[in-house]
Amino acid sequence: MTRKSIGLMTLAAGLFCGLVAQTGWAQASGNWTDIKAQAEGQTLYWNAWGGSERINNYISWVGKELWNQHGITLKHVKVTDTADVVSRVLAEKTAGKDSNGSVDLVWINGENFASMKKNGLLFGPFTQNLPNYALVDVDNKATTTVDFMVPVGGLEAPWGMAKFNFMYDSARVKSTPNSISELLAWSEKYPSSFTYPSPPDFLGSTFLKQALLELAADPTILRTKVRKTAIFESITAPLWTYLDKLHPNLWRSGTQFPVSSAAQQQLLDDGEVNIQLSFNPGSASSLIKSGELSSSVRTFVFEKGTIGNTHFVAIPYNSSSKEAAMVAADFLMSPKAQARKQDPEYWGDDTVLAIDKLSAADQEIFASIELGVATLSPQELGPTLLEPHPSWMERIEKEWLKRYGQ
Amino acid sequence: MLSDTKNNMNTYHRADAPKHPIPLHLQELSLKLRGKPLFSDLNLKINPGEITTLMGPSGCGKSSLLAAISGTLSSEFSVSGIICLGDFNITTLPPEQRHIGMLFQEDLLFPHMSVGENLSFGIPFSVKGKKARAELINQALEDAGLSGFASRDPATLSGGQRARIAVLRTLLSQPSALLLDEPFSKLDVELRERFRAFVFRHAKAHQLPTLLVTHDPDDAQSTGGRVLKMSDLNN
Amino acid sequence: MRDQAHTNQSLNRGRTTGVLCSDALGWLFSLRSMPVLTLLAFLGPVLAGLVSTLLPAFGYLPVIGGEELSFKPWAELFSHPALPHALLNTLTSGFAATIISLILAIGFVSAWQGTKSFQRVRTILAPILAIPHSALAIGLAFLIAPSGWIARLISPWATGWEMPPDVAIIHDPNGLSLILGLVIKETPYLLLMMIAALDQSEANQRLCLARTLGYKPVAAWIKAVLPIIYRQIRLPIFAVLAFSLSVVDVALILGPTTPPTLSILVLRWFYDPDLSYRTLAAAGAVLQLFVVIGAISMWCLGEVVISKASKPWLINGRRDLYESLVSAISKSAMKLIITAFLGSFTVILVWSFTRRWRYPDALPSVWSTQSWGSNLYNLFWSSSTTLAVGLASSVIAIILVVACLENEKRRGKSAGTGALWLLYVPLMIPQVSFLFGVQIVTIRLGIDSSWLSIIWSHLLFVLPYVFLSLSDPYRCQDDRYVGIALSLGASPARAFWRVRLPMLLRPLLFALAIGFAVSVAQYLPTLFAGGGRFSTLTTEAVNMAASGNRRVIGVYALLQALLPLLAFSAALGLPAFVFRNRRSLRGI
Repeated sequence: MTRKSIGLMTLAAGLFCGLVAQTGWAQASGNWTDIKAQAEGQTLYWNAWGGSERINNYISWVGKELWNQHGITLKHVKVTDTADVVSRVLAEKTAGKDSNGSVDLVWINGENFASMKKNGLLFGPFTQNLPNYALVDVDNKATTTVDFMVPVGGLEAPWGMAKFNFMYDSARVKSTPNSISELLAWSEKYPSSFTYPSPPDFLGSTFLKQALLELAADPTILRTKVRKTAIFESITAPLWTYLDKLHPNLWRSGTQFPVSSAAQQQLLDDGEVNIQLSFNPGSASSLIKSGELSSSVRTFVFEKGTIGNTHFVAIPYNSSSKEAAMVAADFLMSPKAQARKQDPEYWGDDTVLAIDKLSAADQEIFASIELGVATLSPQELGPTLLEPHPSWMERIEKEWLKRYGQ
Repeated sequence: MLSDTKNNMNTYHRADAPKHPIPLHLQELSLKLRGKPLFSDLNLKINPGEITTLMGPSGCGKSSLLAAISGTLSSEFSVSGIICLGDFNITTLPPEQRHIGMLFQEDLLFPHMSVGENLSFGIPFSVKGKKARAELINQALEDAGLSGFASRDPATLSGGQRARIAVLRTLLSQPSALLLDEPFSKLDVELRERFRAFVFRHAKAHQLPTLLVTHDPDDAQSTGGRVLKMSDLNN
Repeated sequence: MRDQAHTNQSLNRGRTTGVLCSDALGWLFSLRSMPVLTLLAFLGPVLAGLVSTLLPAFGYLPVIGGEELSFKPWAELFSHPALPHALLNTLTSGFAATIISLILAIGFVSAWQGTKSFQRVRTILAPILAIPHSALAIGLAFLIAPSGWIARLISPWATGWEMPPDVAIIHDPNGLSLILGLVIKETPYLLLMMIAALDQSEANQRLCLARTLGYKPVAAWIKAVLPIIYRQIRLPIFAVLAFSLSVVDVALILGPTTPPTLSILVLRWFYDPDLSYRTLAAAGAVLQLFVVIGAISMWCLGEVVISKASKPWLINGRRDLYESLVSAISKSAMKLIITAFLGSFTVILVWSFTRRWRYPDALPSVWSTQSWGSNLYNLFWSSSTTLAVGLASSVIAIILVVACLENEKRRGKSAGTGALWLLYVPLMIPQVSFLFGVQIVTIRLGIDSSWLSIIWSHLLFVLPYVFLSLSDPYRCQDDRYVGIALSLGASPARAFWRVRLPMLLRPLLFALAIGFAVSVAQYLPTLFAGGGRFSTLTTEAVNMAASGNRRVIGVYALLQALLPLLAFSAALGLPAFVFRNRRSLRGI
């Protein structure tokens, strides 16, 4: 087959896919082999948060694998905030650019996913077509199908598990708090040793959600959309009382907050604070390995559990390399990619796969991963709490800004 | 671009190109600066080998007259009348097709070129071959008592040497007439006399109609030719 | 026969226009249209971008359901809790940075002009101009943060700080570190602009005259020279004011956070996952524009008041003006600026080779090249993109500027040329106010995320600076050289290429280096026009700056600073090499 005819076929396939995407692409278009064939030679612009050197290196590795296995050229577009990507796709839709969009794959979850889904900016559903999706632990890891209370609906492919936890320097901190209220007592005892990034940073927001889940009289209300302002006010009242008490004891007396999640890591390493928030139980070990944190850093969680969620990859509706995007999403869920992701040497992120669904050889690989000195075992990590509905966070962020952001 | 080259070629090989000396002839020449007349109806004929001096205080339009003849007048001026070399009307020709050599108070040697390159810039394109051009350059330098100066940086020469190079450069371009815009006024007295003699000797040897503007009566006297006052012409 | 026809034709033309020289060339015709074309290519998109921002500001954004015009976004904007404080932050940091920079620059020139230390400072300040704002801001943050190098060097032995002090130095709520970062960059700029203005005016004679009348240096300069050259530095001052009021990258790195400055707030809204924030963001972007316009008008008002009020003071005969105080303060301020600059540069270098460097160690405990090694691929690509875009945009800018200036030389000033000051418009309008719109325009045209759109968007900012730096040397070149070349028989083209341009080699290369440096520093334009697909050293460095990994930030910031510095060294070194045997052009 000549190169030209491959090109023509790809073009035709692209046109076809674009067409079906417009008309609600419900079922598998062709089989997986066809998709793989079409993906070959495509260039894939993957917009993914680029603030971590380790994650960037992992993505570079993915690029090499995709090139070797599938002939796909991966370009990592590093973004500071995934909301930029939502914005860009919206700008393209505004300008009527319904094909050849600038984003082919996006690392996404939560509010950004909800927003793209609501505004019809996503392609799919597509996950059922991906062979490795069958290995995902949809039964025990509920957040792989419900993203911040918004049904995933096959529009994004699970990539990794996150669980809210805390890093601390065991050389400086002897006892760690066990709940959100103990944290208040702890920070009164050791003033200026704790802070959280200001929302809308996702770790800052998660800290507020964690506090709300523990403090709210009836946390089950948080699972559904905010209906009335009065309910919002009464449910969140304990949170504001709590923060009013907490802030004077924070780093910089709560007048200033770190700009980003990553910025607080530098604070921990410099000894400006002693506790840092994290969404990745394995990252402390990884950071110790790469020399970014001291070897005395350890992690802890709260007794009654912490918020957990899943992060995904999704394909914008106007991508011109949808096949390559699907192949990439599938590769990211492969045991090989997932095992490397779980290894703190490379990333240290919990897998989305169900280990018992894997082949014996693959199970062996997962079992042999050295989790690292600072990583808690699955038992120690405790229960996972579900994220509140995004509408809560939207209002909490606004309220927070009004109270503390000026 | 193409037409440009053609014109150039035409000029160099023009059928009536002056193989023999020809006079410079100004007829009813008038010059205005933004509508304000500087002089009007100037008539002047300078024969080959003749050096005519034009005197007048600064600001009376002497330099503008020279610029008008050489074609380098800025667009703020407007000219009417006719400028002829022999029978050939050059009034509207661009400066590069007029073959009128200019010398200024400053030598204006190109600072980015060596002495030899400056001279070579003046030699017409029709002189082909590195060897032929180098020969012309060496001959000219020898003539001026500057043998072996070809590779020198103009900035390292004395004022007198630079002035002579500037004259050579002009002469090598094979002009049909020569315009001198106070070229002696910056030199000290001793050098000035020698340089003046050098310029006039060459102008006469090449049978060039030469127009000198100056405000120094000494310069005017030394030409041994006609001396006109700007005010006399202006009526 | 043909000659005859040619002569007649030329004669007719000669009579009507009086333009005697160089009307025979075809390419001159295109040259004539250059100023107009250049302006159209630049102002058109800016205008289109502004309109595309203005419509959503009044609620018109069909894609999210806004189909009719309303004032709702404005109501939302003015009731936003963070707005008043953000506006205050913007105004204080913008005005403070401009006023302090101006006072320092005036103080230094007035007290030290003509001295040896003036010459020395002048040469050291040039590289500060070359370095992108963001690289300097990153270095400064590494230097002055509570856990920064300064604190590390003096702790704990001198300060007793076992832990970094709990004070807000960077991201401080009053924007002091933002002001400092801007002052370090803008003072040298204003200073060099002032020096350029001095070279053109008869400043030195005036100064000498005032001195012989018994005026001391500062008084002589401020009373006799400043009123004359102020007109010439007005545009640069406005550019500094507009920049300081709307800066994004420096504010992200050093500015206050809760709330930030208006431009950052607008950027956040534009990027809010909740798309209904877009109209609010657009209203904010328009407000940002009004803030800049208002600030410049305020400044003009201030000029009038000061010039009226100072009239009697100018002629009151007092011949000294806190001479020793001004010279002492301005010199130490310059020293501080230079030290901060060198310190920033060094600390970036050190961090880029660090593996472990805990507080309060004065130097890293473990050194390593890992931050370089593990980023080689990305470094290579972002450096190549930076180089390619920088070279392309500065070369295009040089060509356009030379074409405009050559047109001006040949035809005298025409309307198109007179309007060239409009080129400064992109420097005065806040980037956030029109770049969002520009993004939409480029998508409409189908050139988004392409080399074309990214180079063109850089050109918007490169061109004014290239024009600013090249126009004076170009206009001042003695036209008689070209005249001589023509009368020696050279065609206009030959005179242009063999005489005009080689003689201008130094200013041409310098303008090229300035253009390159400006391009390297662009953050928002790269982000918007590049659709995120183009990562330059600056976008990487600024994005990384949020990550807190100082080692990798150091690598990017260092390269970001080095590229323009290399360009400037080349711009100075190349003519020195080419003209090593030409004393009058050697320059060094």
